[in-house]
Amino acid sequence: MTSFTRRGFIASASTVLASSVVGLKPSFSQSNYPNRPITLICPWGAGGGTDATARIIGQVMEQKLGQPVNVVNRTGGNGVVGHAAIASAAPDGYTIGLLTVEIAMMHWQGMTDLTPRSYTPLTLMNVDAPAIQVKADSPYKTIKELADAIKAAPPGKLKASGTGQGGIWHLALVGWLQSLGLQSNHVAWVPSNGAAPGMQDLVAGGVDIVPCSLPEARPMIDAGRAKSLAILAPERNPQFPNVPTLDEQMGPHKSVGVWRGIAGPKGLPADIQDKLVAVLKEVYASKEYKEFMSGRGFGVKWAERAEFGQFMDESDRQMGEAMKAAGLAKA
Amino acid sequence: MNELIEALRLVLAPDVLIAILLSSIYGLVIGSLPGLSATMATALLVPVTFYLSPIAAVASIIAASAMAIFSGDIPGCLLRIPGTPASAAYTDEAYALTRKGQAEIALGAGLWFSALGGIAGTISLVVMAPALAELALNFSTFEYFWLAFLGLMCATLVARSSPVKAIASMLLGLFIACIGMENPGGVPRFTFGITELLGGIEPIPVLVGVFAVSEVIRAMVSPEPPPLPHRRFGSILAGQLHLTRKYWRQMTRGNLVGIIIGVLPGAGADMAAWVSYAMSKRFSKEPKKFGTGHPEGLVEAGASNNASLASGWVPSLLFGIPGDTITAIAIGVLYMKGLNPGPTLFTERASSMYALYIIFILANILMIPLGIVMIRVASSVLRAPRATVMPVILVCCAVGAFATGNNLFAVVLVATFGVVGYVMERNGYPVAAMVLGIVMGTMVEQSFVTSLIKSDGSLLPFFERPVSAVLAAMTIAALLWPVFIWSWKRIRPRHQEQAL
Repeated sequence: MTSFTRRGFIASASTVLASSVVGLKPSFSQSNYPNRPITLICPWGAGGGTDATARIIGQVMEQKLGQPVNVVNRTGGNGVVGHAAIASAAPDGYTIGLLTVEIAMMHWQGMTDLTPRSYTPLTLMNVDAPAIQVKADSPYKTIKELADAIKAAPPGKLKASGTGQGGIWHLALVGWLQSLGLQSNHVAWVPSNGAAPGMQDLVAGGVDIVPCSLPEARPMIDAGRAKSLAILAPERNPQFPNVPTLDEQMGPHKSVGVWRGIAGPKGLPADIQDKLVAVLKEVYASKEYKEFMSGRGFGVKWAERAEFGQFMDESDRQMGEAMKAAGLAKA
Repeated sequence: MNELIEALRLVLAPDVLIAILLSSIYGLVIGSLPGLSATMATALLVPVTFYLSPIAAVASIIAASAMAIFSGDIPGCLLRIPGTPASAAYTDEAYALTRKGQAEIALGAGLWFSALGGIAGTISLVVMAPALAELALNFSTFEYFWLAFLGLMCATLVARSSPVKAIASMLLGLFIACIGMENPGGVPRFTFGITELLGGIEPIPVLVGVFAVSEVIRAMVSPEPPPLPHRRFGSILAGQLHLTRKYWRQMTRGNLVGIIIGVLPGAGADMAAWVSYAMSKRFSKEPKKFGTGHPEGLVEAGASNNASLASGWVPSLLFGIPGDTITAIAIGVLYMKGLNPGPTLFTERASSMYALYIIFILANILMIPLGIVMIRVASSVLRAPRATVMPVILVCCAVGAFATGNNLFAVVLVATFGVVGYVMERNGYPVAAMVLGIVMGTMVEQSFVTSLIKSDGSLLPFFERPVSAVLAAMTIAALLWPVFIWSWKRIRPRHQEQAL
């Protein structure tokens, strides 16, 4: 029994070793890459928005490449497990993954050592900016009125919700409060299991403000229960042309938002990168992808390679600042 | 009317009908395999829905999830391995009936009252969706706290062991619910630097471990029980009409409780089954018979469980708020197919909405014939030698745990909780109470802490808000009831002496 286990261990260890060695060297198969199925890792569970995005990308990639692209949900550890699986895959182009904004947040909290720099950035596919929602019958008609009310209120009087403590929308709120010259906890944060329960609590009268993306707020806005005062982005969202930008109302503001992009493990050979970026560009321009994204109300944004890397670095820096301000970053 | 005809046309399209039939069979098979859950059945269906038309995609999710929830009762009844946290509430009861040689009564009750409950839930969805949604919107964290607290108290009511051991098990469950960083503070607790524990411990792997794996361990260490008397499996539906007449009150109560709990986004089929089973026992004329193979609780909990499943779609369809893990996945599919949840789904796309209603009814009717076939096939497991059944169960558990997240850690969890469950059972601690603690723990904590943040630390709003006050009164009454009974019993003999 022992010898069997040990033999199994040695065999698997040598396979890992061999594959990493092969991956580092220019491999023989590069000219006809891809000649076998590609795995696209999604760090979040089946049925969610990230999963759906990964699957539509995989589906169109498959058509363009002529090889199956299998979306594999690697969940667990609040996204750490899946992100780690992408980073530690063999850099042969047969395992890539969908990175989400959490990769720019988790390491600040000490959850993992992985940062956006742990990957070969390929392409940015989606960005969603936060918007500020209040109840439909709330006295605040504009974002300016809300901002004045927040400034006038004693710290902690107004409450906001929309994600867990230290989640992306919490950080968006913290960033906005800071730009108003207020403390990060001037509006108390009520943790929730996501934007939908947060919106419900807004309507039930439990909280005053919900910062979240417009597609997440849409059902309650359509139901006439909530209204969106402003989107924290440089431009209006074409899906929601009536929602003004914060910049229009109160001057420029740099905000954090959610994003999703495709990346491979570090050390992905340049020719494979070329091939993947070219295919992903086709995916991005495809009718299917455009229709899917507009159907869900997701914003599209493109950046490739170094540009995507810089985008992630910027996101990482912003997240770090907001998390330090909110006292959520580990020293 | 035109919309109704258009809806019928949508549903009666060949691709939709084929999708319903195939996903029903798929749901029945996955749900009936010990260790594979209804949530998993739904999640694995998502990639397939990519290639279906919108109505067919949603139909396949509805049909598969309804079937999987019902057939989760089958291994629970035959092998004492529940398929879902919902059926964990009454697994012991159903298994006791099987040991008494009345497996067909137990399974038939599961099937019949699930189907009726599903139809009752659908009718509530058709008739009262806006009113129910209004009710759901009035639920804030204060109300959820009381609700979750009431749910926790069911642990002592349902368990047959001593209340002290039931509470101890439940507290262990609450402790397990503390693990991870999915807590109001967003701070990792009890993770010991293990990455996988950051996301916390999900109820499903625990359920599979404590019921299925521990059952396998028990089978390994104990001699084979005397085989059940070999006899023909009786008619499955024959006894059900009698039960329906006898327990129509319990059934109606179960349906109502299920509809109300299901419509609340934070509470789902799990809580509905537990609360209904506990209620059935509390209000029964024969509470002593509970746990010994008495169908009364099965009727009420089964009716409640599936009613909540249908009404759980109300907040999902109207506001995009998922009621449980299954509707969370379903909402993703709705978005993907351009059927964005929201009130416009009911007005602008009324024909699609009617089509969903028809699919619900159709799936619940189809459940009866397909369920009978499934029960007949599955019951042969009772005749199979244990040495062939148990290894298959173990493989199913490992595969099921791995399949949803492709994460080996889930398999380790299942194994760990298998051992924990075995040790607990051997010492008389009810594992179901621990599962309840895990299911409710997060909700109790989350709703309590967020409520306090909202009220700036004041406890008053827990009693001030109207719905909250009613729930608080119910909870406190249920807490004080045993004390009252105890003192009444102490006082009454004296009265009798005086009377003499």
